[in-house]
Amino acid sequence: MSIVDRSATELLKSLATSELTSVELTQACLDRIERHDATIGAFLRVDGARALDQAAAIDRKRRAGEKLGPLAGLPVAVKDVLCDRDTITSCASRMLAEFRSPYDSTVVGKLKQADAVLIGRTNMDEFAMGGSTENSAFQPTRNPWDATRTPGGSSGGSAAAVAARMAPLSIGTDTGGSIRQPAGLCGIVGMKPTYGRVSRFGLVAFASSLDQVGPFGTTTEDAALLLETIAGHDPRDSTSINQPTPRYTESINKPLAGLKLGVVPEHFGAGLDPEVASSVRAAIEIYKSLGAEVKEVPLPHGKYGVAAYYVIAPSEASSNLARYDGVHYGFRADQSGTLAELAAERQELIAAGKTAAADNVDSPLVRMYRSTREAGFGPEVKRRIMLGAYALSAGYYDAYYLKALKVRRLIRRDFDEAFKEVDLIVGPVTAGPAFKLGEMVDDPLAMYLVDLYTVSANLAGIPAISLPCGITKAGLPIGLQLQAPPLEEERLLRGARMFEAATDWHKMSPRITRIDANGKG
Amino acid sequence: MSQPYTTVIGLEVHVQLATESKLFCRCSTKFGAEPNTQTCPVCIGMPGSLPVMNRRAYELSLKTAVALNCNIPEFTKWDRKQYYYPDLPKGYQISQFDLPMSADGYLEISDPKDKFPPKRVGIIRAHLEEDAGKSVHDEAAGKADSEIDLNRTGTPLLEIVSQPDMRSAAEARAFLDELKLLLTYIAVSDCNMQEGSLRVDANVNLHIEKDGKRIATPIVEIKNMNSFRAVERALEYEAPRQYREWQETGRQLGEAPKQTRGWDDVAGVTRGQRSKEESSDYRYFPDPDLAPVITPAAEVDAVRESLGELPADLRRRLTEGYALSLYDADVLVNQGKSLVGYYLDVANASGDPKSACNWVTQHVLRELKEREQSIDQFGVAAPRLVGLIAAVNDGTLPSTRAPEAFQLMLAKGCDVTAALAELKIERVDESALVTLVQELLAANPKTVADIQSGKLQAAASLIGQAKKKNPNVDPNRVRELAIELASQAGA
Repeated sequence: MSIVDRSATELLKSLATSELTSVELTQACLDRIERHDATIGAFLRVDGARALDQAAAIDRKRRAGEKLGPLAGLPVAVKDVLCDRDTITSCASRMLAEFRSPYDSTVVGKLKQADAVLIGRTNMDEFAMGGSTENSAFQPTRNPWDATRTPGGSSGGSAAAVAARMAPLSIGTDTGGSIRQPAGLCGIVGMKPTYGRVSRFGLVAFASSLDQVGPFGTTTEDAALLLETIAGHDPRDSTSINQPTPRYTESINKPLAGLKLGVVPEHFGAGLDPEVASSVRAAIEIYKSLGAEVKEVPLPHGKYGVAAYYVIAPSEASSNLARYDGVHYGFRADQSGTLAELAAERQELIAAGKTAAADNVDSPLVRMYRSTREAGFGPEVKRRIMLGAYALSAGYYDAYYLKALKVRRLIRRDFDEAFKEVDLIVGPVTAGPAFKLGEMVDDPLAMYLVDLYTVSANLAGIPAISLPCGITKAGLPIGLQLQAPPLEEERLLRGARMFEAATDWHKMSPRITRIDANGKG
Repeated sequence: MSQPYTTVIGLEVHVQLATESKLFCRCSTKFGAEPNTQTCPVCIGMPGSLPVMNRRAYELSLKTAVALNCNIPEFTKWDRKQYYYPDLPKGYQISQFDLPMSADGYLEISDPKDKFPPKRVGIIRAHLEEDAGKSVHDEAAGKADSEIDLNRTGTPLLEIVSQPDMRSAAEARAFLDELKLLLTYIAVSDCNMQEGSLRVDANVNLHIEKDGKRIATPIVEIKNMNSFRAVERALEYEAPRQYREWQETGRQLGEAPKQTRGWDDVAGVTRGQRSKEESSDYRYFPDPDLAPVITPAAEVDAVRESLGELPADLRRRLTEGYALSLYDADVLVNQGKSLVGYYLDVANASGDPKSACNWVTQHVLRELKEREQSIDQFGVAAPRLVGLIAAVNDGTLPSTRAPEAFQLMLAKGCDVTAALAELKIERVDESALVTLVQELLAANPKTVADIQSGKLQAAASLIGQAKKKNPNVDPNRVRELAIELASQAGA
């Protein structure tokens, strides 16, 4: 078994005993990236020299007997949406292609404090909007299990990096399923914590009331390790929860006695792939064999989740992305021809006798805004800004935004009711396995439905995890989703670990095949 | 009033709260720094930055709202007001929309010279918001560069919106004076208009009586008024202008869009800026980055108790408890809390509120003004002024010489006893005075005869002679005694 196939928890032990140095491990990851990332496209930027410097510094500290952080020497890949001081945070957008943040996000700061090695920045859908990582302005990311398919999104780069063993751990963000869905499609563990458990400070906002940072790893133990490092109250984030962070790694191997597991009948309706359905049902049987009591719980408003989500998230996005106007930082469209262009437009209108229209030609400032945003954002981002601006407009606010907030409250109430009956809710992460790249790019609505099983946890603010529970006949991973009440990450991880300990799905890793120029494997 | 219309005025006042740091970050709010030196990722809206509410700003706004007699709801929240402007770096301003932190208050205004009867001006709401930055347009020498200074971005502002309850420029001026006085009393703002700590916009229209019907003219918003005097002048200009416009166009409220006009202080006119074709759609929605603010009733009560006496309370106390005229009470209260405290100390200790008022409003205020001092720095402390008033009242110090003694106390920093000694002022014994007057009467039989025949004013002729013999005599007492003794002699 090569170094890169070992879990983060195992690697941490080897590093602690100096059986392995961080430089060796980092180099192994860099080699792996070198070998496979031309195919996979998980990373937007890898700074090998910086990573090796960090690794060497940590090795020195270890040799000198200095106190080390909890991730000492472990490479961690970070989604390109969390600010890392003085380096680029692009959000996979032309708008921020050159943007260097003057400060560290709280999560990146905690990783540095923990002595992690920041190996590179991973690809994503532009501003985290999408479910396939195809909305990146720079490159697609491919699924390590089948390079003609998507790794999911929006944290597709972070999921693919761990699945392809280019890094033992990675950080993603989940607004409607953006950690759990790619974890499911890439056959790894991904977790969305309770809203407010992990600080959003320095996370470039997509939808502020839904965004949450979370861990990817190959095992539940690794996810627990990374979560306990990045979680915690942050006075710089007013939505951060002021609660102590439990030591998840210490309790994760304790099975939940008398576990009551909820199954939602609506999750097994039309549209669910039969192979996914049978893997999830098999997983439920395993829980039963482990002594769990399984009970049906209804989540009657879940069917409105996607609709509510696609009002709330774009509304917040339309506002959060207003700051990218070309004035203060980031991309600004070339204005050298603007004045001449505006004069010509006016003349043309006057010549056509349209004097009123001529008076309404953009001011140079408005034209700068327009052309900057036109060239700086990709189509999906523009679509969502327009959707959101529309939903918040006078006369439509009540019918869309306010209504969506009501649905959101009802969804939360459904969960509150369900969790009076059961400890965890189990079900599928996605309706099917990884789809082909390009399959849905022209059908945004179909793409939005990919979030069917995941958005409710974001709307309700509850923690949820995705872990491997099967492989399709075609060799694609299938994910299992568990959801828990707010702040019950510990229960969630212990419940997930019970299944993992009883199965071998998490031990499977992809055989990466290079693809040719036509994208054929 | 002979004019055929009533002017209807509502004011919108933005007050900068006196915090050390901005509303949602820790940058300084100090005025006058080099451009863009008081900024951070939060107030310039860097990607990923998040706002955290400055509790102090909320406390100051709460204090103000309570002082304005507003209702304070238990729940208030933050909203984003969205529009594009280069000095608004996030593309939205964090403000309060449908659930402001306070509403439905009032401010009492009156005029000491009775230009209008006292009235309550309603406060529709007062809400907290962050300020935008400053755009500097440099159009000199054919350049058209615009520069942005974000030092002010994120400074806490309280927007106070009045009901359209004012009916004249004088009332509007009184409202602003009273508001400024109140804000100064409770120390929530320095109200410095030059530095932009207090900004006023006015909404004005006319109600015209015609054929027994009331016609309202379109509402005009006036901006760019940089002093209270400018507000007064702009309103005085605007009302007849609207009347002329109505006579020409006949346009009524609802028939023309709301207009914004800028006040040109040099030309003394308002000029049309832009017409608001429709009200802008700011796409307000609750800011998901900030938690709502919960204010328990007990907290509001605690703030109310901590406020102390406000200007209106003090005026009432001075007119009712100390029998001062509204005019005098106003003069004292307008000087601020510590001067009123000085007055009360003198009035209470001397037991003579009227004399205390005369001394404070005339001599003390004049000296403070000349010396550009505040009352806390003043050379005659309250107990010493009490001593001076007592000396006058018990006859030791003739009232004619009291100003002289006061000047000496101020110059030397001494008490009244030392001043009397220095000026050689002594109390004249009553029996010595009787002897003196008797001597004078004996030497002036004509005067005695005049008094006896009822020409009492003849007694005045003795005062000068008495003062020559003893400069400390009380002229009034000399006159009284002369009349008394001459009358007795004739009886």
